[in-house]
Amino acid sequence: MAHADTVIDDTIFHLEDDHGHAESGSSTMLGFWIYLMSDCLIFAMLFAVYGVLGGNYAAGPAPKDLFDLPLVALNTTMLLLSSITYGFAMLEMAKGRVKPMQVWLVITGLFGLAFLSIELYEFAHFIHEGATPQRSGFLSSFFTLVGTHGLHVTFGLVWLVVLMVQVSRYGLIAANQRRLMCLSMFWHFLDVIWIGVFTFVYLMGMLR
Amino acid sequence: MSAGHHTDTSDQSHAHHGVDHGSLRGYLTGFGLSVVLTAIPFWLVMTNALGNQMASAIAIMAFAVVQIIVHMVFFLHMNTRSESGWTMMALIFTLILVVIALTGSLWVMYHLNVNMMPSHDMSQIP
Repeated sequence: MAHADTVIDDTIFHLEDDHGHAESGSSTMLGFWIYLMSDCLIFAMLFAVYGVLGGNYAAGPAPKDLFDLPLVALNTTMLLLSSITYGFAMLEMAKGRVKPMQVWLVITGLFGLAFLSIELYEFAHFIHEGATPQRSGFLSSFFTLVGTHGLHVTFGLVWLVVLMVQVSRYGLIAANQRRLMCLSMFWHFLDVIWIGVFTFVYLMGMLR
Repeated sequence: MSAGHHTDTSDQSHAHHGVDHGSLRGYLTGFGLSVVLTAIPFWLVMTNALGNQMASAIAIMAFAVVQIIVHMVFFLHMNTRSESGWTMMALIFTLILVVIALTGSLWVMYHLNVNMMPSHDMSQIP
């Protein structure tokens, strides 16, 4: 009987311990990481679709006719710079300095906005030349893959602005720190996906 | 990564549960490596430095893989210790699914394409 009590006590102790983790936001980070992995699967499917359909030009424009590599290089630079500036913001957050952190977040947002503007300019240019998503299997899968990434960046920017307002109102409370760390993972994850996009879509497209 | 950055944060739990803000040195190292690993593939394709499409394709894929690992380590702070290894477990599981989905799709669809398309004889039909 005494033995059974000990077991029950042990169980209760562990549950309370787990509850403590949830308060500090640790389980949120793992949960968010698993969300990112599921997002990774979405992108893997879109890459697979592009891999299968990417060669079907339907007598329309091919990657070599459309893609402008210096523009893609500029776009890549914007996203990479936004990644490092977000990193600087996180370092300021760890030191508890709100003002410099907000400045770095603004700079991150501007680089993200520059990335989106360049991408939208590119899309508009393609569509103006008649390379619409309806034109061929290659263009359908291209717009779906790159557009989904762009949509993620758009929502990341919305999230960034919301968090900047939150921090300016409530300061660096634990909840805001947790949210900023989730967005940090999201933002760096989008940069990782972009590595795949510029390698497999743009650079490999120019080689074909 | 160094413990020094955690000393003036409000709650001690950050240092325990592997939540890592990184360090300035880590971010700058990652950024420097990323710039190099991005610039070389673009340079290879834009100047056709290798003079061989297959070699260029393999090279830029290798650079992409290395750069993804650099981002994972220096920006996403992946390591085997965070969340007692569960983030790494989730990553490995996802990578297995991604490899199965990508190779499976490309392989099956390539063979469907080769075996089911009307082939070269079309022009000989009177």
